[in-house]
Amino acid sequence: MLHAIFLIFVLQLAGEFLQKYFALTVPGPVIGLLLMLGLLLFLKPSPGSDSGFGQRVIDTANTLLQHLSLLFVPIGVGVVMHLQLLESQLVKVLGVIIIGTLSTLIFTAFLFQWLRKRGPDE
Amino acid sequence: MSDAMRLYEVWVYLQAEPLFWLTLTIGCYLFADFLYKSSGLFPLLNPVAISVALVSGCLIIFDVEYERYFNGAKFIHFLLGPATVALAIPIYLNWRVVSTERVAILATVFIGSVFAIAITFGISYLLNIDLVTIKSLLPRNVTAPIAMGISELIGGIPSLTAIITIVTGVTGAALGTFVLDLVRIRNMSARGFAFGLTSHGIGTARAMSRDKTAGVFAAVAMGLSGVITALLLPLIFRIISDLL
Repeated sequence: MLHAIFLIFVLQLAGEFLQKYFALTVPGPVIGLLLMLGLLLFLKPSPGSDSGFGQRVIDTANTLLQHLSLLFVPIGVGVVMHLQLLESQLVKVLGVIIIGTLSTLIFTAFLFQWLRKRGPDE
Repeated sequence: MSDAMRLYEVWVYLQAEPLFWLTLTIGCYLFADFLYKSSGLFPLLNPVAISVALVSGCLIIFDVEYERYFNGAKFIHFLLGPATVALAIPIYLNWRVVSTERVAILATVFIGSVFAIAITFGISYLLNIDLVTIKSLLPRNVTAPIAMGISELIGGIPSLTAIITIVTGVTGAALGTFVLDLVRIRNMSARGFAFGLTSHGIGTARAMSRDKTAGVFAAVAMGLSGVITALLLPLIFRIISDLL
């Protein structure tokens, strides 16, 4: 487990380094995600078939992602405590968020469903 | 010394330590997660929204500043970065499915991201929202760290953008299921993809809790839309400000 955590940290650190060094607008952890994906696609560890390093990385990632929602709580509390930043525009901003989010949700779902190949699940 | 005084002294000591706030956060989350699961994953009982409400309630009742709370909760917050890197794993495990849909994925991320920016600008403009707030609203559908970076770049207020992105995430996660049911989108990859693109990590967490395929497509959409929006929005913003 420690080895897997170390690998994840190293890739995030590499991502943060690339972001700062090249002044990219994409944040370090997302670059880390791309690096991890590249590494996995290059090494091709097969899950289940071996109890080696690949499987440990997969298990550790699953543990981290199992309670992904928990990780948003601290910043979410900050939102509630700083709502006064929106002041008089609160209602309008909420309107934009709700209409914007739901219309984008419908638009993307339809677009993706229309563009994707017809799978066996239909 | 009276018992009440003694209790108060212990409280003063404990609330200055990270342990108390970490325990409170995990406790509230476990309770919210229990509610969510025992309701059969009812979307309005979104675990992020419920835990945030419970923790905020405690802070307001006991008159605790956010900075003090965050001093403990930052250890949980820190894990967001590694968890983002870890999202590569479900994508890798489903790479076969993802790569057969690569044309649909890339086209939808590109067009969907532009749509999100355009609709946000359009409604904000119609509602006469002031320009700084509009700038803070534009990157709202991507994960908070990306959104804040873009906001700063185009002249918005990053902390305002953080608030807006979190509210966007919770809105999509809590209401998305109803809306997609209403328009009869049943395909799990399309549903997941829409959740990831519109509601970033919070939408992805919701999709993952319901369906493995939906979770994978949400993670793909979240990662790619973050990258695409970071590249596109500064350019689109230049065009918009030329028009104004």
